[in-house]
Amino acid sequence: MEENLIKTCLHDRHVSQGALMSPFGGFDMPIQYDSITQEHNAVRQNVGVFDVSHMGEVRVKGKQAYDFVSHIFVNDVTGAPDGQIFYGMMCYENGGTVDDLLVYKVNDQEYFLVINAANIDKDVAWIKKNAEGFDCTVEDESPKYGEVAVQGPKAEETVERVLGIDCRDIAFYNFKTFEIDGEEIIVSRTGYTGEDGFEIYGSHDYIRRVWDKLMEAGVQPCGLGCRDTLRFEVGLPLYGDELADDITPIEASLSMFVKLDKPGFIGKEALAAQKAEGVKRRIVGIELAGSAVPRHGYPVLAGGEKVGEITTGYKSISTGKSVAMAMIDKPYDKLGTEVEVQIRKKTFPGKVVKKRFYDKNYKK
Amino acid sequence: MSKILENLRYADSHEWVSLEDGIATVGITDYAQHALGNIVYVDMPEVGDEVTAGEEFGAVESVKAASDLISPVSGEVLEINEELEDSPELLNEDAFANWIMKVKVSDASEIDNLLDAAAYSKICEE
Repeated sequence: MEENLIKTCLHDRHVSQGALMSPFGGFDMPIQYDSITQEHNAVRQNVGVFDVSHMGEVRVKGKQAYDFVSHIFVNDVTGAPDGQIFYGMMCYENGGTVDDLLVYKVNDQEYFLVINAANIDKDVAWIKKNAEGFDCTVEDESPKYGEVAVQGPKAEETVERVLGIDCRDIAFYNFKTFEIDGEEIIVSRTGYTGEDGFEIYGSHDYIRRVWDKLMEAGVQPCGLGCRDTLRFEVGLPLYGDELADDITPIEASLSMFVKLDKPGFIGKEALAAQKAEGVKRRIVGIELAGSAVPRHGYPVLAGGEKVGEITTGYKSISTGKSVAMAMIDKPYDKLGTEVEVQIRKKTFPGKVVKKRFYDKNYKK
Repeated sequence: MSKILENLRYADSHEWVSLEDGIATVGITDYAQHALGNIVYVDMPEVGDEVTAGEEFGAVESVKAASDLISPVSGEVLEINEELEDSPELLNEDAFANWIMKVKVSDASEIDNLLDAAAYSKICEE
């Protein structure tokens, strides 16, 4: 069952450090080292490091790289300075989401796309197919790169002191490339935790050295378990939960990343129509009374009728409250609406709230 | 290495039972609490519910997942451990000292189908 799982360049470290390993997006990934709670709190209060080498990297290069990226990406990279990063989605013609991703602008003729592990094959095929007719190349560089995310209020100090990388001048959602040990390293002030932090891309060898240095310095290793609890608390979506082939960014309450005023891009017509007509359902937050835990797929009810489903839910580690993101039919998506969540045989009362359960602490 | 108590009986689904005067006290094992990690919620039956050996009677929720509780005995629920409603982490602190429910068993011989400490410890080693 697990024979086809891909191992990241840090796999042997995870195993020898005793991490609980589990399949994720086709990779054998660490879920936790110590406990999800301990790792979560380390990132909120101090610093932690994640192996995110499973993420995919795609390089788009050529005279029409800007035109092509504009064609497949719902956010607008026009006029951005080199070194800026954009979050957004690639959509199908019908508005459904191919993937959510980061676009790193190297320059007008070169962009570096960071995509979800589980979607690498699908995304690369889709990007290449749509690149036909554009004067640019599309290269899947995923196997080449290892990646770690150093996250938490002490991330900047840690990256500078332990790794010797001069990162304090990198602004939020910007990146720099460094020549280290004869190779090019990419460092961006980005992450998926709601805390300040950096993501570092380099060769497998370099990323192994980075990991070992961070471990020697006593930085908390963090698994995908707390990566999910952290991103969830600040309302960040996970493809497969809040986004999917049949969920548009508008329905996912991510309209702010969809720039309908820019020239044509794939999915624009469908998304514009949905925005104009209003969505039939959308992602909201739900807060439950009591401490039963809502999980992905559990039904949300109003007046005894099913009006939606939980997409992600936890007993929030930072706040102690049982909260969830859920895809809810209109008009039950209004803030304050009283709903019930069915958890196994029982139903628990809750209400619709904003999907940010904990405030982000970005350094902007 | 998980703790296993000699004088209890065990289900292969990692519940423990002690039977005294026709009343079974049921909890989860140290192995189970360790495998689950931080426990954040215990979904317990209600007093008066009928439970059946081999069938689900509730769930234990860790941060990441919910795991069904399987009743090792059949009978009527006499009492639940209300302390776990506010302090589910007690199961992490001492799984054997913090029982989940007490059942008036309808068939005391069911306990003979359960594992003794030696047999259960083998399951935990697998």
